[in-house]
Amino acid sequence: MAHIQIFGSLRDLFAGEDSVELDVKNLRELLLKLPAAYPDCQEEIDEGVSVSIDGKIINDDWFTPIRPDSEVVVLPRIVGG
Amino acid sequence: MSSTHVSTTINGQAVEYVCPNDASLLEVLRDQLGMTGTKEGCGSGDCGACSVTVDGRLVCSCLVLGVEAQNRQVETIEGMADKNQLHKLQQVFLEKAALQCGICTPGILIAARSLLEKNPDPTEKEVRYWIAGNLCRCTGYDKIVRAILETAKQLREEAA
Amino acid sequence: MSEYQAKEFKVLGQRLQRPDGIDKVTGRAKYGADTEAAGMLHGKILRSPHAHARILSIDTSAAEALNGVKAVVTRADFPTAAKGYEDVQDNCMAGERALYDGHAVAAVAATSKRIAKQALKLIKVEYETLPHVTEVEAAITVGAPIVQAGQVSKRVPEGYSDNVVRYVSFGHGDIDAGIAQADATIERTYRTEASHQGYIEPHACLATLNEDGRGDLWVCTQGHFWIRDMSCAVLGLESANLRVTASEIGGGFGGKTTVFIEPVALALSKKSGHAVKLVMTREEVLRATGPTISTLMHVKLGMTNDGRITAAYAKLFYQSGAYKQGCADFGAMPAFAPYDLENVHTEGFDVVTNRPRTASYRAPGAPTACYAAESAIDELCQQLNLDPLAVRLKNAAKEGTKSSYGPTYEDHGLIQCLEAVKDTEHWNAPLGANQGRGLAAGFWFNFGGETSVSTFLNTDGSITVTEGNPDIGGSRASISMMVAEEFGINYDQVRTTVTDTGSMGQNEPTHGSRVTFAVGMAAIKCSRSIKAEIAQRLAKTWDVAVDQVSWQDGKAHCLDASKGIEPMSLPEIGAIANNTGGPIGAHHGSNMEGAGVAFGVHICDTEVDPETGYVTVQRYTAIQDAGKAIQPDYVEGQLQGGAVQGIGWALNEEYVYGEDGRLQNPGFLDYRIPVASDMPMIDTVIIEVPNPGHPFGVRGVGETPIVPPLAAVGNAVSRAVGVRYNHLPMSPPRVLAGIQAAK
Ligand code: FES
Ligand code: FES
Repeated sequence: MAHIQIFGSLRDLFAGEDSVELDVKNLRELLLKLPAAYPDCQEEIDEGVSVSIDGKIINDDWFTPIRPDSEVVVLPRIVGG
Repeated sequence: MSSTHVSTTINGQAVEYVCPNDASLLEVLRDQLGMTGTKEGCGSGDCGACSVTVDGRLVCSCLVLGVEAQNRQVETIEGMADKNQLHKLQQVFLEKAALQCGICTPGILIAARSLLEKNPDPTEKEVRYWIAGNLCRCTGYDKIVRAILETAKQLREEAA
Repeated sequence: MSEYQAKEFKVLGQRLQRPDGIDKVTGRAKYGADTEAAGMLHGKILRSPHAHARILSIDTSAAEALNGVKAVVTRADFPTAAKGYEDVQDNCMAGERALYDGHAVAAVAATSKRIAKQALKLIKVEYETLPHVTEVEAAITVGAPIVQAGQVSKRVPEGYSDNVVRYVSFGHGDIDAGIAQADATIERTYRTEASHQGYIEPHACLATLNEDGRGDLWVCTQGHFWIRDMSCAVLGLESANLRVTASEIGGGFGGKTTVFIEPVALALSKKSGHAVKLVMTREEVLRATGPTISTLMHVKLGMTNDGRITAAYAKLFYQSGAYKQGCADFGAMPAFAPYDLENVHTEGFDVVTNRPRTASYRAPGAPTACYAAESAIDELCQQLNLDPLAVRLKNAAKEGTKSSYGPTYEDHGLIQCLEAVKDTEHWNAPLGANQGRGLAAGFWFNFGGETSVSTFLNTDGSITVTEGNPDIGGSRASISMMVAEEFGINYDQVRTTVTDTGSMGQNEPTHGSRVTFAVGMAAIKCSRSIKAEIAQRLAKTWDVAVDQVSWQDGKAHCLDASKGIEPMSLPEIGAIANNTGGPIGAHHGSNMEGAGVAFGVHICDTEVDPETGYVTVQRYTAIQDAGKAIQPDYVEGQLQGGAVQGIGWALNEEYVYGEDGRLQNPGFLDYRIPVASDMPMIDTVIIEVPNPGHPFGVRGVGETPIVPPLAAVGNAVSRAVGVRYNHLPMSPPRVLAGIQAAK
């Protein structure tokens, strides 16, 4: 089970939880299973998110592995100038 | 708008053109003569990207009319190197990485050459004030000022 | 998984010259406005003089009748935009309403610029002016004129006007508990005004679009693939049918990552049947392109007597122009990122107003938040009589620290940057009368993103690298250097070229400090594929197993000594390529994840004239962790350029709007960016803590340098005068007013 951290303003979308446990092995599964478990977060995911996996910001790569002990943080999509 | 026939010299070459009376020298150079080395950053005399010399005097070509070039000597960036031999300033700008995007570079080179012709041994402050009319948004000016000072030094050493 | 392998570098770290250098010092380089096409027309755009108005009608008949006018377009000439691109289209050409002073409402193409200008005057637009709001404080207040109705996201708290469209928050711990542990606390409100990226080259393009939907576009941009995709989304075209070529680019800083004039030029071309060149004036650049945010920020901090930060809270309102965008996130996340905090909470609010749609500007969102956070920390240090450097070191985030925005940090160089401050002569130099020294730390995420690179071994052994990211500050040189390093050959044997969208796979723009990291990594991967291919071919040629072919010092070696085979160089391998299977090349397309974060620390000395309030920057040092500096000149250049842009934002640069909602200073005379005589030399210190996510340890460097300066300058001025300034820019009237109020 990966431990997914949910930040302040996103918590409303996850029934008030500050973290959720999900059985996922990569980013694609995470992006599919999160809204399946918490439908309110679909809009946010569609708007674009970055996911920090073990300290690395991942924007798109579905197959980035998530290990059972990975630190996963859902963030707004990182942009640049 | 009526037009005027102009005979002038650009980078040592006799040139003739007919330009609208209200056309700037910058417009003539870029749009009529295809000399796009001189850049336009503002069109109002505030950025120096369009710097050229007219009879040896440093000017913003966006503030000079095309018709004013009549019987004058205009020098632009295209005439700075001697055939394939770069001017010392051009060379040192490359060596010292005094450009990033390079859009300000032609104007700054023309301005710097004009400074060194008048003052072969400028202080840092003199360099900074001389090029204060040439905006550069990329470099923070540090490497530009260093390159001009270094060129001055090399030119003095060569002259000595 | 770590990509990084420590080794001795032969090419990296040298100060080599860029391949585009000679063209740029001789004026030969072609920028956006430097090209023409046969039969070309000139485009011009008519812009709204109102901050907010309903467009009742547009009569273009007189303009169309003018001799030399070949096409006039309005929004009616645009199809419905693809989903998600509605705002991009509306910003390029207004629909029902003009949303800010300078918003495009119509455009013409004519045989000369003069005729095009004349034609604009003949277009009759009937407006019904609407109430407007341009200032962030007014915009968030209940009862403010609403810029865009129905845009408020679900989570926005109560108590604000509908101009507050998005809300985000980050953090961990408990602020109240942290405040309770503090020996001293501070609460402050900060304001910053909008600045502009200020690139010297105005937006320019040359467009051809045929009736059949096929076209070509030449444009100065940070990312021609995005320009293609956006133009197609706005005009209903297929990406394959629009080939976009990036000119040399005269600066961007984030402002040239989106479309403004390009779809308009394409629409004019389609309607007129001619190529259309469109070049913005400086006034248009300032009125209608990319300014940055203006802000209203509240900060609350608690600190112990020995300098431990016990609580850090920030509430940030980011005014981001007439369209809903996510900007406040990038203030709320980095605000306290340099620190290891038990109790931290940041909230961000995106606010729409009747101003131009903001575009990214170097580390978009971070400099202002850093200004607020670092100013409050500095003021607490003064109150508690603590050394500002010691306090930052005490609280500094390290490898393994849980960041204020969530993730746990990998290895990075913040501590090394702070330690380096101690060793600078600058930090230890005495200060004179009316002088003050400011310190600030800053952070940016960096990212990689989609990247495509092709690499070829030519028959003479030289290497061609083809990529799709416009080179703004020497990236072609850096990429060639990395490829030369990987092959063990000379830099001169490699040439990197930026190609058009018809010749290369997708690339994110040159932004996010990504190019040296991501394009460099893709080029290294291509080089490795080529070496693997060479090994296969030589194994067959030498009749040995593949693992008996090894690459050392620029040559392929046969490890089986019994064969008595001489090592082969690239020219020798290139010469037999056709005998061993044909041309040798590799393509690498991937999503370059794994960019490392970048921290920087800046030191600034200022002197304030107590009579006039005029501030001069006396001395400045920028210190940053670059992971590995490929070409140190270019890294230093990024640090210096970013620092000076930040100084400009702190001291001079400001969008000034009148009561009528119109921009008062759309020119370089009144919107004053730093000039050479305003600045001292900018000293730099490059720290190299390798990024584990890159084979050579590279981190992005381009954005972090603009994060600390606002705070560094603010702290320096406040310490020089003994008065705290909480409103940027610290222009002479503001500084003087502060001095006088303190008397
Ligand atoms: S274009 Fe002439 S000074 Fe800017
Ligand atoms: S190098 Fe870009 S403006 Fe000077």
